[in-house]
Amino acid sequence: MSPVLAGVLQLLALVAALGLSYRPLGDHMARVYSSDKHLRPEKWIYKVIGADPSVEMRWPAYLRGVLAFSAVSVLFLYLLQRAQGWLPGSLGFVSIDPDQAFNTAASFVANTNWQSYYGEQAMGHVVQSGGLAVQNFVSAAVGIAVAVALVRGFTRSRTGELGNFWADLVRGVVRILLPLSVVGALVLVACGAIQNFSGIHQVGQFTGGTRQWNGGAVASQEVIKELGTNGGGYFNANSAHPFENPNGLSNLFEIYLILVIPFALTRTFGRMTGSLKQGYAILGAMTTIWLGFTALMMWTEFHHGAPAFDIAGGAMEGKETRFGIGGSSLFAVATTLTSTGAVNSFHSSYTGFGGGITMLGMQLGEIAPGGVGSGLYGMLIMAIIAVFIAGLMVGRTPEYLGKKIGTREIKFAACYILVTPALVLCFTAASFVLDTPAHSMTNSGAHGFSEILYAFTSGANNNGSAFAGLNADTQWFNSTIGLAMLLGRFLPMVFVLALAGSLAGQQPVPETAGTLRTEKPLYTGLLVGTIMIITGLTYFPALALGPLAEGLAA
Amino acid sequence: MNNSVRNTARVLGAGLRALLVLTVVCGVLYPLAVTGVAQLAFPGRANGSEVKDTSGKVVGSELIGQRYDLPPKAGQETAAPDLRWFQPRPSNGLGSNSVNTQYALILSGATNRSGDNADLIKWVTDAKAAVVKDNSVPGHPVKPADVPADAVTSSGSGLDPHISPEYARLQAHRVAARNQLGVAAVEKLVADHTEDRALGFIGEPRVNVLMLNIALRDLMAKG
Repeated sequence: MSPVLAGVLQLLALVAALGLSYRPLGDHMARVYSSDKHLRPEKWIYKVIGADPSVEMRWPAYLRGVLAFSAVSVLFLYLLQRAQGWLPGSLGFVSIDPDQAFNTAASFVANTNWQSYYGEQAMGHVVQSGGLAVQNFVSAAVGIAVAVALVRGFTRSRTGELGNFWADLVRGVVRILLPLSVVGALVLVACGAIQNFSGIHQVGQFTGGTRQWNGGAVASQEVIKELGTNGGGYFNANSAHPFENPNGLSNLFEIYLILVIPFALTRTFGRMTGSLKQGYAILGAMTTIWLGFTALMMWTEFHHGAPAFDIAGGAMEGKETRFGIGGSSLFAVATTLTSTGAVNSFHSSYTGFGGGITMLGMQLGEIAPGGVGSGLYGMLIMAIIAVFIAGLMVGRTPEYLGKKIGTREIKFAACYILVTPALVLCFTAASFVLDTPAHSMTNSGAHGFSEILYAFTSGANNNGSAFAGLNADTQWFNSTIGLAMLLGRFLPMVFVLALAGSLAGQQPVPETAGTLRTEKPLYTGLLVGTIMIITGLTYFPALALGPLAEGLAA
Repeated sequence: MNNSVRNTARVLGAGLRALLVLTVVCGVLYPLAVTGVAQLAFPGRANGSEVKDTSGKVVGSELIGQRYDLPPKAGQETAAPDLRWFQPRPSNGLGSNSVNTQYALILSGATNRSGDNADLIKWVTDAKAAVVKDNSVPGHPVKPADVPADAVTSSGSGLDPHISPEYARLQAHRVAARNQLGVAAVEKLVADHTEDRALGFIGEPRVNVLMLNIALRDLMAKG
């Protein structure tokens, strides 16, 4: 069988697996966020928090919960890293420097998992399992909570109430992420991912002598890293490391974990709004973009146009033998079209166009299918923009799901889509105006530019993958990327929740003959077009300087 | 004013308590439970898939690639490959421990060089020349076009335990000649250690270099 055919078959297997879990998982999540019942362990947790989970919150209260929880999380994670040197169970690793500790804390709380540190030589068991992996769970749950709050904004009328943040947070962890993670972690261990708390020890070698290894709770962290679209690897090589991703089967399973919740959330959305077809229309747009990007990626990587790969006879630099080009391309597209940022192969060594596809995937706003929660709310914002554009064309006040998209709503949506491009382009430009940031580049020319553009694209969009030639452990990059991650995560959430509040306060408008049918394929096409045009217009000049220049030169 | 300060403090307090209780659940109970089950059900894999040779000595992990080099000579910066053994992929991306220098941990990493990078072009060109030179034995010259891509490129982790079956077969003549073994016997060894795609389409065909070299050592002990 040719590698291309094997790659296509793996893609089809992925589609089938995602299709099989779409209904049960999507419906389960809809029940989780609609039910009035509290499980017993949840009641204990609410008691500790001191919150009444039945109290409805309006958007400012919901937002305060999100921000307070996240602010406390950043501080806690920062202090944990600063104190590592004194904590037991840290393998003797020293405390993390202030700028890097801030960057890492911001990164994991913002669901980005950008890493300017080397996992295996910097973070001990306590910080990895008790700090970083915890944020993998809760930052994912916060993302889903905000998406669910927006969906409630569409379904509720004349109330302004969006649910209870603490209940949504706890349920996301207890009823969705934890059970799936336990099962997934054991699957990964069965494939060969390690799961232990051993210290640094010597392991004999074939030609004599020994080498030092550190153990770790890798499988349990790996699974939530993918499932929660986080992406922060236990090891520096992330999911390319054989202890994180041991074989072809675990590779396909990890790609599945990355995609399963974001896709299924469109079903949850359809369930909660009472129209499954509306969910399918969104799903259609996500799937179109995902399949299109995957096809393009496979084409450019198998075609391997670049001087070094022409000599080598294939684009295998930075890719593992067991995954090959097919398994690597599938992973690269899944990780950058979601907010994951885990890598099983190194994007910096992809072809010029291949690197461009990973960047463009993030620049779309990570909505196809996007991060857990953030993918759905990002896509719904684009859906609002699309009905607005359609409304302008025919001169009608746009509506979406029975809610008027008036001045207030479109302002929030517009602010949302301006945040990340502003962060990406301003910080990238600033890095080139200043003297020192460019010293961090490993490659020169167009690819060097791409390294820095990629870094801020990844940070502001909460992806976390990198053109890792860039030495990002400098004060400039640690602080600016840290800032980009926090603003790129929480400013959009402010606009989403404000929008949700405004929608929930409205009266529903009755559907008429002039209403745009947003459950039809025509609308899905309009949505895909809107996404591509808006992103294209925003980023084309920057992409032309980087990946396009590199790809066309090859 | 006082009221809003109090409100902020109240919600921050709730946030802190939520974080602490979720840390206990997701950061303590969850990893411990998974570790417990994993250690009971898959002790070998959960601890790194260590491999023992026939004498019962641990010689590495099935999953982690290693080097098969000659002992470095004095003043030599990089050790030369020991051509009696099957050689793994290059690992130019592996770094050394710069943060906690009390350890000589194996670090993972890629070169992150782009396809038009001058270093990478040189590394690939040099590696290709070396593969051709090392593997050409009298009566069996290796053509540059026969060298597969994985033989001259570094992997993503730098710890890739596998090579492609093509690269393993290409090395068979050299390994046979250096160890005074029959080519057919070594080729059979390669064939026996070639793993196909799972279910016929998942992953890529590959040969585990450590397992192959262990089998080779056994073959020599017998022969």
